[in-house]
Amino acid sequence: MFVKRLALAGAVSLAATTAYADGHATCSFENETEVTMLSAAFEAWVAVTDAMVACGNFEPELDQEFRTKQPEGFAANPSLYQLGGVSNGTITPLLNAGTIRPLDDLIEAYGENLTPNQLIQIDGQTMAVAMMVNTQHMMYRSDIFADLGLEVPTAWEDVLAAAAAIQEAGVVDYPLGATMASGWNLAQDFNNMFVGFGGTFVNDDNTPNVNSEAGLAALDMMMRMTEYMDPEFLVSDSTYVQQQFQQGRIAMANLWASRAAAMNNAEESQVVGLIATSAAPLAMEGGAPATTLWWDGIVVAANISDAEAENAFRLAMEGINPATVEAAPDAAIWLIPGYEPNDMSAGAIATATADPAPPSYPSTTQMGLMHTALGNELAAFFTGDVSAEEALAAVEASYTVAAQEAGLLE
Amino acid sequence: MKFKTFIWFVGPSLFLMLLFIAAPLVSVFLDSFRITQPVVQTVETETCSAGFLQQTCTTTINTVPVIDEETGRVVTTTEWVGWLSYERVLEPRRAWDAIRSFDYNGLMQIDFWAALRFTVMFTLVTLPLVIGVGLAIALAVNNAAKSLRGPIIFVSLLPFIITPVIGSLSIYWLFVGDGILTRGLEAWLDRDIAMFAQAWTIELLMLFYRVWHVAPFAFVIFYAGLQTVNQDTLESAIIDGASRWDRLRYVIIPHLMPLIVFIALIHLMDSYRVFDEIVGFRAQAYVISLQWLTFDFLAADDAGNRAFSRASASAMLTMIGIVILLIPLLRRTWRDHKGGSH
Repeated sequence: MFVKRLALAGAVSLAATTAYADGHATCSFENETEVTMLSAAFEAWVAVTDAMVACGNFEPELDQEFRTKQPEGFAANPSLYQLGGVSNGTITPLLNAGTIRPLDDLIEAYGENLTPNQLIQIDGQTMAVAMMVNTQHMMYRSDIFADLGLEVPTAWEDVLAAAAAIQEAGVVDYPLGATMASGWNLAQDFNNMFVGFGGTFVNDDNTPNVNSEAGLAALDMMMRMTEYMDPEFLVSDSTYVQQQFQQGRIAMANLWASRAAAMNNAEESQVVGLIATSAAPLAMEGGAPATTLWWDGIVVAANISDAEAENAFRLAMEGINPATVEAAPDAAIWLIPGYEPNDMSAGAIATATADPAPPSYPSTTQMGLMHTALGNELAAFFTGDVSAEEALAAVEASYTVAAQEAGLLE
Repeated sequence: MKFKTFIWFVGPSLFLMLLFIAAPLVSVFLDSFRITQPVVQTVETETCSAGFLQQTCTTTINTVPVIDEETGRVVTTTEWVGWLSYERVLEPRRAWDAIRSFDYNGLMQIDFWAALRFTVMFTLVTLPLVIGVGLAIALAVNNAAKSLRGPIIFVSLLPFIITPVIGSLSIYWLFVGDGILTRGLEAWLDRDIAMFAQAWTIELLMLFYRVWHVAPFAFVIFYAGLQTVNQDTLESAIIDGASRWDRLRYVIIPHLMPLIVFIALIHLMDSYRVFDEIVGFRAQAYVISLQWLTFDFLAADDAGNRAFSRASASAMLTMIGIVILLIPLLRRTWRDHKGGSH
């Protein structure tokens, strides 16, 4: 569970946070009203909340358990938090319960620094302001690729070929790493591959649709990947893969962009300067990169007075202004003006701007149920207990029961 | 003691037990027979999401809950569903089919039965080990030189002091990937070892961890019990030519029997709720327990869904399991109690 939350946020080691502690010297206004905020605890949120603290009267709560606390906290009247940090995965319960407010008026008044791209709109109303994007994309050891004369792979078939060549050369323990810890991570890796093969998770009538060509192709590809991976891949979460990279034990992985900065952290990494990034590989020719796009951003509670909301939003804008990016340029792939992409962000940007582009992670009630079903049922396929068809049928059965209990299916 | 005085003494704890044990139990029991769902509607929404350079907008058909205009809360309906949630947890038809065709693997694909298999195995294997190891330590300490006893007791109690989830995480870190103990084993056996890549090694580590963690508890109780063994009986046994083993078998163990039953009771209740090991070892791909299953139903996913009814059903089933396990021991205690009263 802890692991799943860490991965969800694409969290980076908090060790690096001290580097940004002195970046919050100024604030353009004196905050008079008490403001609280609940968000994830990874590096980018630390940078943003540090900038907001400078305005005074602000209490951030950075908590990797935020997603279990947020729905109840925002449903209270008055809301326990004026501001919330969400991603496209975790905004769903707040949207569904109607506990966050439209921000269009506030953006008109205080959002002069925002670009249209940052506005998350539902039916024309802006419900959240994004500050960064995150995605899983290719990271690889540039030195090994150069030594062996390998091309940077652009499709998963090429990845497997490169992995075979690296295995042959025997330069690392395992050529490939992957975030395939059973539960949230494994399901997300399947999601990436599944959308890469053009699959859709749920039909319009809420019935499941993963037991399909795309589902079988995705599982087949993932099973072939495991031949080149640490046999303990079912406990391998984002931090595990990051450490495998840092300790020089793997040569390639499709890993979160938010983990890239850790590769060049000399305090924990033995491969500083040796990791390069490229777009997430394609699963099939002509398809989108096999990954999903994520954003992280700020929402404002509905159950507070307009004056409080105005003040809180103004404060939030202090957090996601160009000064924050200046203070913590490598903490995230910022969407905030003033962000200069560096070498390590090349892969994420190539992924996000690919044509056709990978889809955003679908933020729906059905997807929440599907993600859980995938995370629980797919492991049996990788332990060899069931076939791919049986595993996908089990996913659909498990999803169907959950959807019936949640009232989505009869 | 007068009845009134008695009530004044037990009243507060009786009240707290009603409030914190009986009331939640009743509410979970009721929840396992009903399902509360939001009323949903299907709407077409246009969602514009952030890309790196520009927004991407998609129009999708979404199922969203209906929100009450006045209260601002999600409209829900509650329905009594009888045994439906139990059926969803137990999957009796699928289980029966698997049993009839001797398909063990098929049965183990149903979460509840896989969890039950592990939980019962775990409970029954650790029970004799905990009692045996606890008794062995107690006897060893009892026979050690007086000056050594203090330090030995202190060291052997340490595992019991460690918070279970922290203890299991430490074991996990010692063995996962190139953990230092895995490295040690690899160097010693000269082969590649992955402790978390198959079920049996994980289960072995869990059994080891639980015995290591709980044996000190048994030890403390037995050690206290050993101090009350009648020395005259022991001496006459020695005069009668009883060996060390005979003395243990015919004098000490019968004397400790009530304590053994007590420890067995506590241990059965505790280990049937095995949970920390699953979380600490991230074992859910290979091994799950009944308590973990309940937790998994109860944990909210990203969209905020929780399977309350199935969690309640699974919790009730766990409780029933514990009661069944305890019946033989409770009957024994009851018999002894009645025998002792006259």
